[in-house]
Amino acid sequence: MKNFILSCLLAWTASLGYAQQGADIVGRIVGGQKAVIAIPDFRGAGRAANVAAVFNETLFQDIDQAGVFKMAPKSMFPLNVPQRPEDFRKPLQYDPNNRTRAPWLLDWSEPPVSSDFLAFGYTAEQDNQLVLFGWLFNVRQSEVSAAQVIGKIYHGSLDEEGARKVAHEFATDILRQFGVESLAGSKVYFVSYRSGSKEIWVMDYDGSNQKQFTFYKNLVTMPNVSPDGTRLAFTSFAGGVPQIVVHSLETGRKIPFYNQRASMNATAAYTPDGKQLIYSSTASGWAQLYRANADGSKLERLTNTRSIEVEPKINPKTGNEILFVSGRGGPQQIYKMNIDGTDVTRLTTGEGEASNPSWNPQGSHMAFAWTRGYSPGNWNIFIMDVATREYVQLTQGAGRNENPSWAPDGRHIVFSSNRGGSMQIWSMLADGTQLRQLTSAGVNEKPVWTK
Amino acid sequence: MNIRRVSVIALALTLSFFAAGCRKKVAAPPPPPAPAPVAPKAVVQKPMIVFFTAEPSTIERGQASVLKWEVKGADSVSISQGLGTVSASGNRSVFPSSTTSYTLTATNSGGTATESVTVNVTAPAAPAPPPTPAPSDDFGTMVAKLIQDVYFDYDKSEIREDSRATLTKNADALKTIFGKFPNNTLTIEGHCDERGSAEYNLGLGDRRATATKEFLTQLGVSADRLRTISYGKERPTCTESNEGCWSKNRRSHFVAQ
Repeated sequence: MKNFILSCLLAWTASLGYAQQGADIVGRIVGGQKAVIAIPDFRGAGRAANVAAVFNETLFQDIDQAGVFKMAPKSMFPLNVPQRPEDFRKPLQYDPNNRTRAPWLLDWSEPPVSSDFLAFGYTAEQDNQLVLFGWLFNVRQSEVSAAQVIGKIYHGSLDEEGARKVAHEFATDILRQFGVESLAGSKVYFVSYRSGSKEIWVMDYDGSNQKQFTFYKNLVTMPNVSPDGTRLAFTSFAGGVPQIVVHSLETGRKIPFYNQRASMNATAAYTPDGKQLIYSSTASGWAQLYRANADGSKLERLTNTRSIEVEPKINPKTGNEILFVSGRGGPQQIYKMNIDGTDVTRLTTGEGEASNPSWNPQGSHMAFAWTRGYSPGNWNIFIMDVATREYVQLTQGAGRNENPSWAPDGRHIVFSSNRGGSMQIWSMLADGTQLRQLTSAGVNEKPVWTK
Repeated sequence: MNIRRVSVIALALTLSFFAAGCRKKVAAPPPPPAPAPVAPKAVVQKPMIVFFTAEPSTIERGQASVLKWEVKGADSVSISQGLGTVSASGNRSVFPSSTTSYTLTATNSGGTATESVTVNVTAPAAPAPPPTPAPSDDFGTMVAKLIQDVYFDYDKSEIREDSRATLTKNADALKTIFGKFPNNTLTIEGHCDERGSAEYNLGLGDRRATATKEFLTQLGVSADRLRTISYGKERPTCTESNEGCWSKNRRSHFVAQ
């Protein structure tokens, strides 16, 4: 069945020029062939047993979410799972059907598991602390002595938080072996209506630890986080008209920002050095783009049209190119210009309506929302190679999909979608797979993924 | 039209002449009788207006009076004051806002008959068309009663033709209201439907509010009494996903401060 779907997909992509281009883009971002990893459940000794489920769930999700591995199906695992390297015993004659012998590498590398790697170990209680003994083995090796990639001890508190911590750290070490930055520890800021008014909330990248960050009891939306993760800029109606408000993420307190006199100052975004903000203001009568110091001083106007221009986003690598949304040519499209306002070019084709540009950390691709191929209001997430303008569609018409934001690893995207009925935050691998719903309480939108 | 009718009648006359001639030929040859009496009589006779009344003939503004009429022998019947062509007999309710005379005109080739009735209108306590504020109404109540929302096309901030009429009425009302309440201001909220992006719609809602303010200002409403705010698509008045709802959300809404 799976093979059938895959071959259908291949035939379909081959029939579409754009999709073919898209496959290349996605391949460059998320990589091609994936190694297979097996992660059996780790046993918890003593009081560690109480948090074993949380530990196993967290470890599995961290590795699965990273999207670097293909996860070996648990139902195929051998019954005799090793807990320590000493548990492996090389048999004189390997017989896969002998269930009484000790574990061996071939149990994992041969069908039906067919894995390349095995993460195993156990957790225990030690001096009122949680201890994780974690190993990563390359099971394609013929000897145990050559198979070990990681063997390490991790410590945490003897509760669920401690279980998550040691699982995140172990996962981070595993992923680092494959040159991938772990998402563990990264956060997603988003807008939630669950308190009765739109406020900024924050959660861990996997949807856990959801907490309210602002308490304006008004209308607060469109968050942006400084690259160093110390400040949050957003658009607030608390002062009457939409204005830019900045908060420290370290103290939680409001930081002064000078709003120029206008009926709207909105959609602010930081420059890579965090020293400036670019935003949209109606000071001239039309929403136009401006640049200012991080405190709002030293204003400079960047665009000069009689059209609506919002959502400027500066290339995080070069600090020069600005992506923005403009109605200067008709329906809203995404344009690019230099930070001084020169060299304006349209990136999207002019079809449909385009919005929400988001640079990947490498500054080479943008994720964005587009109604191309659908009627107005039916947004899908796309990514585009900004240099070549090749693009690929990642969501396929299930609900409205908006506000994509790249993960720090440059391989994942968080976005909002109402595919399940209400608007919620979802994450996915940048090839459109590994969809995961992160929120379910109330209405949630406009996620921003930060380190 | 008239030429054609005349020629048809002439033809009919000629034919009747021949027909009469043929029949009479057998009976009495010598003196041809005068054919005049029968056919031409209908042609020359003017239509007759049997009656044309207005009941009641005196109303209070906003009430109805019923016009009734019956006409005989007319080719066309019409009533003035925009009622236009009507049938030979009938009735019609009218709602004149002031004393009005209605003239019924009945026409045929023979001529025209007219008759007029007058409906006297007495003014009630207040004029009818817009709901009228009581003298005790405060600023907010007057704004709510007299100032109407205006609507926009998708992704547009230009004032539509139908909105011009609404805004002209709003401007007149605002001058009165602001005259009465010299210290109050009015906020114009710009709203959008749910389809464009929230960010772009903040800019679009601002344009709608600003365009509305500019239009009112050009009609003489004091600019410093009008504030604008864009809510983009954050505060829809209608939440269904269809054009009926979207068209209601693409608006400038007026709120008393």
